[in-house]
Amino acid sequence: MNLNATLIGELIAFVVFVWFCMKFVWPPLNGAIEARQKKIEDGLAASDEAEKELERVRAQGAEQLKEAKAQAAEIIEQAKKRAALIVDEETTRGQQEREKIIAQGHSEIESERNRVKEELRSQVAALSIAGAEKILEREINQATHSDIVEKLVAEL
Amino acid sequence: MAAEEVTLSSHIQHHLTNAKMCSTDAGLAFNKACADSGFWTWHVDTLAWSIGLGLIFLWIFRSAAKKSTIGVPGKFQCFIEMVVEFVGANVRDTYHGNSKLVAPLALTIFVWVFLMNLMDLVPVDFLPAFAGFVGEQAFGMDSHDVYMKIVPTTDLNMTAALALGVFILMIGYSIKIKGIGGFIAELTLHPFSSKNKLMMAILIPFNLLLETIALVAKPFSLALRLFGNLYAGEMIFILIGAIGLMQLPLHFVWAVFHIMVIVLQAFVFMMLTIVYLSMASTESH
Repeated sequence: MNLNATLIGELIAFVVFVWFCMKFVWPPLNGAIEARQKKIEDGLAASDEAEKELERVRAQGAEQLKEAKAQAAEIIEQAKKRAALIVDEETTRGQQEREKIIAQGHSEIESERNRVKEELRSQVAALSIAGAEKILEREINQATHSDIVEKLVAEL
Repeated sequence: MAAEEVTLSSHIQHHLTNAKMCSTDAGLAFNKACADSGFWTWHVDTLAWSIGLGLIFLWIFRSAAKKSTIGVPGKFQCFIEMVVEFVGANVRDTYHGNSKLVAPLALTIFVWVFLMNLMDLVPVDFLPAFAGFVGEQAFGMDSHDVYMKIVPTTDLNMTAALALGVFILMIGYSIKIKGIGGFIAELTLHPFSSKNKLMMAILIPFNLLLETIALVAKPFSLALRLFGNLYAGEMIFILIGAIGLMQLPLHFVWAVFHIMVIVLQAFVFMMLTIVYLSMASTESH
Protein backbone atom coordinates (compact mmCIF):
# COMPACT_ATOMS: atom_id res chain seq x y z
CA MET A 1 0.00 0.00 0.00
CA ASN A 2 3.04 2.22 0.08
CA LEU A 3 3.54 4.77 -2.60
CA ASN A 4 5.82 3.48 -5.29
CA ALA A 5 6.68 3.83 -8.96
CA THR A 6 3.07 3.06 -9.88
CA LEU A 7 2.39 6.68 -8.95
CA ILE A 8 4.68 7.86 -11.75
CA GLY A 9 3.17 5.49 -14.25
CA GLU A 10 -0.34 6.60 -13.39
CA LEU A 11 0.65 10.24 -13.50
CA ILE A 12 2.03 9.82 -17.01
CA ALA A 13 -1.10 7.93 -18.05
CA PHE A 14 -3.25 10.70 -16.57
CA VAL A 15 -1.38 13.40 -18.45
CA VAL A 16 -1.60 11.49 -21.72
CA PHE A 17 -5.30 10.80 -21.29
CA VAL A 18 -6.10 14.41 -20.47
CA TRP A 19 -4.02 15.59 -23.41
CA PHE A 20 -5.78 13.20 -25.77
CA CYS A 21 -9.16 14.21 -24.41
CA MET A 22 -8.32 17.88 -24.82
CA LYS A 23 -7.09 17.44 -28.38
CA PHE A 24 -9.37 14.84 -29.92
CA VAL A 25 -12.42 14.26 -27.74
CA TRP A 26 -13.68 17.45 -26.16
CA PRO A 27 -13.49 19.94 -29.05
CA PRO A 28 -15.48 17.93 -31.63
CA LEU A 29 -18.13 16.83 -29.13
CA ASN A 30 -18.55 20.22 -27.55
CA GLY A 31 -18.42 21.88 -30.97
CA ALA A 32 -21.17 19.62 -32.27
CA ILE A 33 -23.30 20.28 -29.19
CA GLU A 34 -22.87 24.02 -29.44
CA ALA A 35 -23.45 24.08 -33.19
CA ARG A 36 -26.62 22.05 -32.72
CA GLN A 37 -27.79 24.34 -29.94
CA LYS A 38 -27.22 27.29 -32.26
CA LYS A 39 -29.12 25.57 -35.03
CA ILE A 40 -32.06 24.76 -32.78
CA GLU A 41 -32.09 28.29 -31.44
CA ASP A 42 -32.10 29.70 -34.97
CA GLY A 43 -34.80 27.27 -35.99
CA LEU A 44 -37.00 28.27 -33.09
CA ALA A 45 -36.48 31.95 -33.83
CA ALA A 46 -37.33 31.38 -37.49
CA SER A 47 -40.45 29.47 -36.57
CA ASP A 48 -41.55 32.28 -34.26
CA GLU A 49 -40.91 34.76 -37.06
CA ALA A 50 -42.87 32.65 -39.53
CA GLU A 51 -45.75 32.37 -37.11
CA LYS A 52 -45.88 36.13 -36.72
CA GLU A 53 -45.69 36.57 -40.48
CA LEU A 54 -48.50 34.09 -40.95
CA GLU A 55 -50.63 35.95 -38.42
CA ARG A 56 -49.92 39.21 -40.22
CA VAL A 57 -50.74 37.80 -43.65
CA ARG A 58 -53.90 36.21 -42.30
CA ALA A 59 -55.04 39.53 -40.86
CA GLN A 60 -54.19 41.22 -44.14
CA GLY A 61 -56.20 38.63 -46.07
CA ALA A 62 -59.21 39.11 -43.81
CA GLU A 63 -58.94 42.86 -44.26
CA GLN A 64 -58.79 42.52 -48.03
CA LEU A 65 -61.73 40.15 -48.06
CA LYS A 66 -63.79 42.61 -46.04
CA GLU A 67 -62.85 45.41 -48.41
CA ALA A 68 -63.75 43.34 -51.44
CA LYS A 69 -67.10 42.44 -49.94
CA ALA A 70 -67.85 46.10 -49.25
CA GLN A 71 -66.86 47.00 -52.78
CA ALA A 72 -69.04 44.30 -54.25
CA ALA A 73 -72.01 45.46 -52.18
CA GLU A 74 -71.41 49.00 -53.35
CA ILE A 75 -71.24 47.95 -56.99
CA ILE A 76 -74.46 45.97 -56.70
CA GLU A 77 -76.15 48.94 -55.05
CA GLN A 78 -74.98 51.22 -57.82
CA ALA A 79 -76.14 48.82 -60.49
CA LYS A 80 -79.57 48.59 -58.88
CA LYS A 81 -79.83 52.39 -58.75
CA ARG A 82 -78.76 52.63 -62.33
CA ALA A 83 -81.28 50.04 -63.44
CA ALA A 84 -84.06 51.88 -61.63
CA LEU A 85 -82.93 55.11 -63.24
CA ILE A 86 -82.94 53.60 -66.72
CA VAL A 87 -86.40 52.12 -66.21
CA ASP A 88 -87.68 55.51 -65.04
CA GLU A 89 -86.12 57.31 -67.96
CA GLU A 90 -87.46 54.87 -70.48
CA THR A 91 -90.91 55.07 -68.99
CA THR A 92 -90.88 58.85 -69.19
CA ARG A 93 -89.58 58.77 -72.71
CA GLY A 94 -92.27 56.30 -73.80
CA GLN A 95 -94.93 58.44 -72.21
CA GLN A 96 -93.67 61.47 -74.07
CA GLU A 97 -93.52 59.57 -77.32
CA ARG A 98 -97.05 58.43 -76.85
CA GLU A 99 -98.29 61.91 -76.09
CA LYS A 100 -96.44 63.24 -79.08
CA ILE A 101 -97.95 60.64 -81.37
CA ILE A 102 -101.41 61.27 -79.98
CA ALA A 103 -100.99 65.04 -80.36
CA GLN A 104 -99.83 64.55 -83.92
CA GLY A 105 -102.86 62.42 -84.65
CA HIS A 106 -105.12 65.02 -83.15
CA SER A 107 -103.63 67.82 -85.21
CA GLU A 108 -103.82 65.73 -88.36
CA ILE A 109 -107.45 64.98 -87.72
CA GLU A 110 -108.06 68.69 -86.98
CA SER A 111 -106.48 69.85 -90.20
CA GLU A 112 -108.34 67.21 -92.22
CA ARG A 113 -111.57 68.32 -90.68
CA ASN A 114 -110.81 71.95 -91.44
CA ARG A 115 -110.02 71.09 -95.00
CA VAL A 116 -113.22 69.10 -95.38
CA LYS A 117 -115.16 71.90 -93.69
CA GLU A 118 -113.65 74.43 -96.07
CA GLU A 119 -114.46 72.22 -99.01
CA LEU A 120 -117.98 71.66 -97.81
CA ARG A 121 -118.41 75.35 -97.19
CA SER A 122 -117.32 76.28 -100.64
CA GLN A 123 -119.51 73.59 -102.14
CA VAL A 124 -122.45 74.68 -100.00
CA ALA A 125 -121.78 78.27 -101.09
CA ALA A 126 -121.66 77.23 -104.67
CA LEU A 127 -124.81 75.15 -104.17
CA SER A 128 -126.59 78.00 -102.36
CA ILE A 129 -125.63 80.39 -105.06
CA ALA A 130 -126.66 77.96 -107.68
CA GLY A 131 -129.98 77.43 -105.82
CA ALA A 132 -130.49 81.14 -105.32
CA GLU A 133 -129.60 81.72 -108.95
CA LYS A 134 -132.20 79.27 -109.99
CA ILE A 135 -134.79 80.89 -107.72
CA LEU A 136 -133.89 84.46 -108.45
CA GLU A 137 -132.61 84.01 -111.96
CA ARG A 138 -134.41 86.86 -113.43
CA GLU A 139 -134.43 89.54 -110.93
CA ILE A 140 -131.13 89.28 -109.27
CA ASN A 141 -127.94 90.44 -110.78
CA GLN A 142 -125.27 88.02 -109.85
CA ALA A 143 -122.74 90.76 -109.70
CA THR A 144 -124.65 93.16 -107.55
CA HIS A 145 -125.85 90.57 -105.04
CA SER A 146 -122.75 88.46 -104.63
CA ASP A 147 -121.81 90.29 -101.44
CA ILE A 148 -125.06 89.14 -99.84
CA VAL A 149 -124.27 85.61 -100.92
CA GLU A 150 -120.75 85.90 -99.57
CA LYS A 151 -122.16 87.05 -96.22
CA LEU A 152 -124.45 84.09 -96.24
CA VAL A 153 -121.67 81.66 -97.01
CA ALA A 154 -119.57 83.11 -94.21
CA GLU A 155 -122.43 82.44 -91.81
CA LEU A 156 -122.38 78.71 -92.63
CA MET B 1 -0.60 -26.56 -3.38
CA ALA B 2 -1.04 -24.04 -0.64
CA ALA B 3 1.74 -24.23 1.86
CA GLU B 4 -0.11 -22.27 4.51
CA GLU B 5 -3.72 -22.74 5.41
CA VAL B 6 -6.16 -20.18 4.02
CA THR B 7 -7.62 -18.22 6.87
CA LEU B 8 -10.06 -15.35 6.72
CA SER B 9 -7.35 -12.81 7.35
CA SER B 10 -5.02 -14.31 4.75
CA HIS B 11 -7.93 -14.38 2.29
CA ILE B 12 -8.55 -10.69 2.89
CA GLN B 13 -4.87 -9.95 2.79
CA HIS B 14 -4.62 -11.76 -0.52
CA HIS B 15 -7.44 -9.66 -1.94
CA LEU B 16 -5.86 -6.44 -0.78
CA THR B 17 -2.44 -7.10 -2.25
CA ASN B 18 -1.46 -5.76 -5.62
CA ALA B 19 0.36 -7.71 -8.25
CA LYS B 20 3.85 -6.29 -8.07
CA MET B 21 6.65 -6.11 -10.55
CA CYS B 22 10.20 -4.94 -9.99
CA SER B 23 13.56 -5.37 -11.54
CA THR B 24 16.21 -7.17 -9.52
CA ASP B 25 19.73 -8.23 -10.30
CA ALA B 26 18.29 -11.41 -11.77
CA GLY B 27 15.96 -9.52 -14.10
CA LEU B 28 12.25 -8.85 -13.68
CA ALA B 29 10.76 -10.19 -10.50
CA PHE B 30 7.17 -10.43 -9.33
CA ASN B 31 5.07 -10.27 -6.19
CA LYS B 32 6.75 -11.70 -3.10
CA ALA B 33 10.17 -11.35 -4.65
CA CYS B 34 9.53 -7.60 -4.66
CA ALA B 35 8.79 -7.36 -0.96
CA ASP B 36 11.79 -5.16 -0.32
CA SER B 37 12.33 -3.47 -3.63
CA GLY B 38 11.35 -0.08 -2.21
CA PHE B 39 10.04 2.71 -4.39
CA TRP B 40 10.75 1.13 -7.76
CA THR B 41 7.96 -1.35 -7.56
CA TRP B 42 5.19 -1.35 -10.13
CA HIS B 43 1.65 -2.41 -9.36
CA VAL B 44 0.99 -4.08 -12.68
CA ASP B 45 -2.66 -4.82 -11.95
CA THR B 46 -3.40 -1.19 -11.07
CA LEU B 47 -1.52 0.02 -14.11
CA ALA B 48 -3.11 -2.46 -16.49
CA TRP B 49 -6.68 -1.98 -15.31
CA SER B 50 -6.50 1.78 -15.04
CA ILE B 51 -4.80 2.30 -18.40
CA GLY B 52 -7.12 -0.23 -19.99
CA LEU B 53 -10.16 1.56 -18.61
CA GLY B 54 -8.72 4.90 -19.62
CA LEU B 55 -8.27 3.63 -23.16
CA ILE B 56 -11.85 2.34 -23.17
CA PHE B 57 -13.00 5.79 -22.09
CA LEU B 58 -11.01 7.51 -24.81
CA TRP B 59 -12.04 4.96 -27.42
CA ILE B 60 -15.76 5.34 -26.63
CA PHE B 61 -15.67 9.13 -26.54
CA ARG B 62 -13.38 9.40 -29.54
CA SER B 63 -15.68 7.23 -31.64
CA ALA B 64 -18.61 9.45 -30.61
CA ALA B 65 -16.55 12.55 -31.40
CA LYS B 66 -15.71 11.23 -34.86
CA LYS B 67 -19.37 10.57 -35.62
CA SER B 68 -20.63 13.80 -34.12
CA THR B 69 -22.85 15.78 -36.45
CA ILE B 70 -24.97 18.88 -36.11
CA GLY B 71 -27.98 16.92 -37.30
CA VAL B 72 -30.17 14.59 -35.29
CA PRO B 73 -27.90 12.54 -33.02
CA GLY B 74 -28.26 8.81 -32.45
CA LYS B 75 -28.87 7.32 -29.03
CA PHE B 76 -25.22 6.55 -28.37
CA GLN B 77 -24.31 10.03 -29.53
CA CYS B 78 -26.97 11.48 -27.24
CA PHE B 79 -25.67 9.57 -24.26
CA ILE B 80 -22.09 10.68 -24.80
CA GLU B 81 -23.22 14.25 -25.38
CA MET B 82 -25.27 14.13 -22.20
CA VAL B 83 -22.14 13.24 -20.25
CA VAL B 84 -20.15 15.95 -22.02
CA GLU B 85 -22.90 18.50 -21.47
CA PHE B 86 -23.22 17.52 -17.79
CA VAL B 87 -19.50 18.01 -17.22
CA GLY B 88 -19.48 21.16 -19.36
CA ALA B 89 -22.36 22.69 -17.39
CA ASN B 90 -20.56 22.04 -14.10
CA VAL B 91 -17.37 23.56 -15.44
CA ARG B 92 -19.20 26.63 -16.76
CA ASP B 93 -20.99 27.13 -13.45
CA THR B 94 -17.91 26.76 -11.31
CA TYR B 95 -14.86 27.71 -13.30
CA HIS B 96 -14.89 31.36 -14.28
CA GLY B 97 -11.48 31.60 -15.85
CA ASN B 98 -10.78 31.08 -19.50
CA SER B 99 -9.13 27.76 -20.11
CA LYS B 100 -9.34 25.09 -22.76
CA LEU B 101 -7.94 22.51 -20.38
CA VAL B 102 -10.33 22.44 -17.45
CA ALA B 103 -13.37 20.97 -19.20
CA PRO B 104 -11.56 18.05 -20.86
CA LEU B 105 -9.66 17.51 -17.63
CA ALA B 106 -12.91 17.32 -15.70
CA LEU B 107 -14.40 14.96 -18.28
CA THR B 108 -11.38 12.69 -18.15
CA ILE B 109 -11.42 12.60 -14.36
CA PHE B 110 -15.15 12.00 -14.12
CA VAL B 111 -15.41 9.19 -16.63
CA TRP B 112 -12.08 7.56 -15.87
CA VAL B 113 -12.64 7.54 -12.11
CA PHE B 114 -16.18 6.33 -12.64
CA LEU B 115 -15.02 3.43 -14.81
CA MET B 116 -12.32 2.49 -12.30
CA ASN B 117 -14.82 2.68 -9.45
CA LEU B 118 -17.23 0.62 -11.51
CA MET B 119 -14.83 -2.33 -11.28
CA ASP B 120 -15.86 -2.47 -7.63
CA LEU B 121 -19.22 -3.88 -8.70
CA VAL B 122 -17.61 -6.91 -10.33
CA PRO B 123 -18.00 -9.63 -7.67
CA VAL B 124 -14.76 -9.61 -5.71
CA ASP B 125 -13.66 -13.18 -6.36
CA PHE B 126 -14.41 -13.48 -10.07
CA LEU B 127 -11.40 -11.92 -11.69
CA PRO B 128 -8.81 -12.73 -8.98
CA ALA B 129 -9.92 -16.38 -9.02
CA PHE B 130 -9.80 -16.41 -12.81
CA ALA B 131 -6.34 -14.88 -12.73
CA GLY B 132 -5.28 -17.48 -10.15
CA PHE B 133 -6.64 -20.25 -12.37
CA VAL B 134 -4.79 -18.94 -15.41
CA GLY B 135 -1.60 -18.50 -13.38
CA GLU B 136 -1.84 -22.03 -12.09
CA GLN B 137 -2.69 -23.69 -15.39
CA ALA B 138 -0.61 -21.63 -17.78
CA PHE B 139 2.39 -20.64 -15.72
CA GLY B 140 2.47 -23.34 -13.08
CA MET B 141 2.26 -20.83 -10.26
CA ASP B 142 0.69 -21.36 -6.88
CA SER B 143 -2.72 -19.71 -7.24
CA HIS B 144 -2.13 -18.04 -3.87
CA ASP B 145 0.84 -16.28 -5.33
CA VAL B 146 -1.26 -14.73 -8.09
CA TYR B 147 -2.49 -11.35 -7.03
CA MET B 148 -5.10 -9.34 -8.84
CA LYS B 149 -6.67 -6.16 -7.54
CA ILE B 150 -9.09 -5.00 -10.15
CA VAL B 151 -10.21 -1.66 -8.70
CA PRO B 152 -7.40 0.79 -9.44
CA THR B 153 -8.89 3.48 -7.20
CA THR B 154 -8.38 1.25 -4.17
CA ASP B 155 -4.66 1.71 -4.78
CA LEU B 156 -3.35 4.85 -3.14
CA ASN B 157 -0.86 5.23 -6.00
CA MET B 158 -3.70 5.72 -8.43
CA THR B 159 -5.60 8.33 -6.45
CA ALA B 160 -2.39 10.08 -5.45
CA ALA B 161 -1.32 10.28 -9.07
CA LEU B 162 -4.59 11.95 -9.99
CA ALA B 163 -4.36 14.33 -7.05
CA LEU B 164 -0.74 15.11 -7.83
CA GLY B 165 -1.65 15.92 -11.42
CA VAL B 166 -4.37 18.27 -10.21
CA PHE B 167 -1.99 19.79 -7.64
CA ILE B 168 0.62 20.55 -10.32
CA LEU B 169 -2.08 22.18 -12.43
CA MET B 170 -3.25 24.24 -9.44
CA ILE B 171 0.22 25.64 -8.88
CA GLY B 172 0.70 26.11 -12.60
CA TYR B 173 -2.53 28.05 -12.96
CA SER B 174 -1.78 30.15 -9.87
CA ILE B 175 1.57 31.20 -11.27
CA LYS B 176 0.27 31.66 -14.79
CA ILE B 177 -2.65 33.86 -13.80
CA LYS B 178 -1.27 35.75 -10.81
CA GLY B 179 2.43 35.61 -11.54
CA ILE B 180 5.12 34.31 -9.22
CA GLY B 181 4.79 37.40 -7.02
CA GLY B 182 1.03 37.09 -6.81
CA PHE B 183 1.29 33.43 -5.90
CA ILE B 184 3.83 34.13 -3.16
CA ALA B 185 1.78 37.08 -1.93
CA GLU B 186 -1.24 34.84 -1.72
CA LEU B 187 0.75 32.38 0.38
CA THR B 188 2.23 35.00 2.70
CA LEU B 189 -0.09 38.00 3.06
CA HIS B 190 -3.31 36.18 3.93
CA PRO B 191 -5.36 35.45 5.94
CA PHE B 192 -3.79 37.87 8.47
CA SER B 193 -2.98 41.22 7.00
CA SER B 194 -2.11 44.61 8.40
CA LYS B 195 -1.68 48.10 7.10
CA ASN B 196 1.48 48.41 9.16
CA LYS B 197 4.54 47.20 7.20
CA LEU B 198 6.27 45.82 10.28
CA MET B 199 3.19 43.93 11.42
CA MET B 200 2.87 42.57 7.92
CA ALA B 201 6.42 41.23 8.04
CA ILE B 202 5.80 39.63 11.43
CA LEU B 203 2.64 37.96 10.17
CA ILE B 204 4.31 36.42 7.12
CA PRO B 205 5.47 33.17 8.81
CA PHE B 206 2.03 32.49 10.27
CA ASN B 207 0.36 33.18 6.98
CA LEU B 208 2.85 31.02 5.13
CA LEU B 209 2.26 28.14 7.51
CA LEU B 210 -1.53 28.37 7.30
CA GLU B 211 -1.71 28.88 3.56
CA THR B 212 0.79 26.12 2.82
CA ILE B 213 -1.21 23.69 4.93
CA ALA B 214 -4.39 24.81 3.19
CA LEU B 215 -2.75 24.37 -0.21
CA VAL B 216 -1.25 20.96 0.49
CA ALA B 217 -4.42 19.74 2.16
CA LYS B 218 -6.23 19.98 -1.15
CA PRO B 219 -4.43 17.19 -3.04
CA PHE B 220 -4.29 15.11 0.15
CA SER B 221 -8.03 15.38 0.63
CA LEU B 222 -8.61 14.54 -3.04
CA ALA B 223 -6.41 11.45 -2.97
CA LEU B 224 -7.44 10.15 0.43
CA ARG B 225 -11.18 10.72 -0.01
CA LEU B 226 -11.38 8.67 -3.17
CA PHE B 227 -8.98 6.03 -1.92
CA GLY B 228 -10.68 5.77 1.48
CA ASN B 229 -14.19 5.44 0.11
CA LEU B 230 -13.30 2.84 -2.46
CA TYR B 231 -10.94 0.92 -0.21
CA ALA B 232 -13.58 0.70 2.50
CA GLY B 233 -16.23 -0.32 -0.02
CA GLU B 234 -13.94 -2.99 -1.45
CA MET B 235 -13.13 -4.21 2.04
CA ILE B 236 -16.82 -4.69 2.82
CA PHE B 237 -17.33 -6.53 -0.46
CA ILE B 238 -14.46 -8.84 0.49
CA LEU B 239 -15.89 -9.43 3.96
CA ILE B 240 -19.34 -10.12 2.52
CA GLY B 241 -17.75 -12.44 -0.02
CA ALA B 242 -16.17 -14.45 2.79
CA ILE B 243 -19.33 -15.38 4.69
CA GLY B 244 -20.74 -18.09 2.45
CA LEU B 245 -24.22 -18.32 1.01
CA MET B 246 -25.60 -15.50 3.14
CA GLN B 247 -23.52 -13.13 1.06
CA LEU B 248 -26.05 -13.05 -1.77
CA PRO B 249 -28.67 -10.66 -0.30
CA LEU B 250 -26.01 -8.71 1.56
CA HIS B 251 -23.89 -8.37 -1.53
CA PHE B 252 -26.88 -7.16 -3.50
CA VAL B 253 -27.77 -4.52 -0.94
CA TRP B 254 -24.21 -3.28 -0.64
CA ALA B 255 -23.74 -3.24 -4.42
CA VAL B 256 -26.89 -1.17 -4.90
CA PHE B 257 -25.70 1.26 -2.27
CA HIS B 258 -22.29 1.26 -3.85
CA ILE B 259 -23.69 2.34 -7.22
CA MET B 260 -24.34 5.66 -5.54
CA VAL B 261 -20.92 5.75 -3.94
CA ILE B 262 -18.97 5.16 -7.14
CA VAL B 263 -20.82 7.83 -9.11
CA LEU B 264 -20.72 10.25 -6.21
CA GLN B 265 -17.00 9.82 -5.65
CA ALA B 266 -16.24 10.32 -9.33
CA PHE B 267 -18.42 13.43 -9.31
CA VAL B 268 -16.87 14.79 -6.11
CA PHE B 269 -13.35 14.31 -7.44
CA MET B 270 -14.30 16.13 -10.63
CA MET B 271 -16.11 18.96 -8.84
CA LEU B 272 -13.31 19.55 -6.37
CA THR B 273 -10.80 19.59 -9.20
CA ILE B 274 -12.81 22.29 -10.92
CA VAL B 275 -13.23 24.24 -7.69
CA TYR B 276 -9.53 24.07 -6.84
CA LEU B 277 -8.53 25.17 -10.33
CA SER B 278 -11.09 27.93 -10.22
CA MET B 279 -9.66 29.13 -6.91
CA ALA B 280 -6.17 28.91 -8.35
CA SER B 281 -7.03 30.99 -11.39
CA THR B 282 -8.98 33.80 -9.77
CA GLU B 283 -7.71 36.52 -7.46
CA SER B 284 -8.80 35.45 -4.01
CA HIS B 285 -9.46 37.79 -1.08
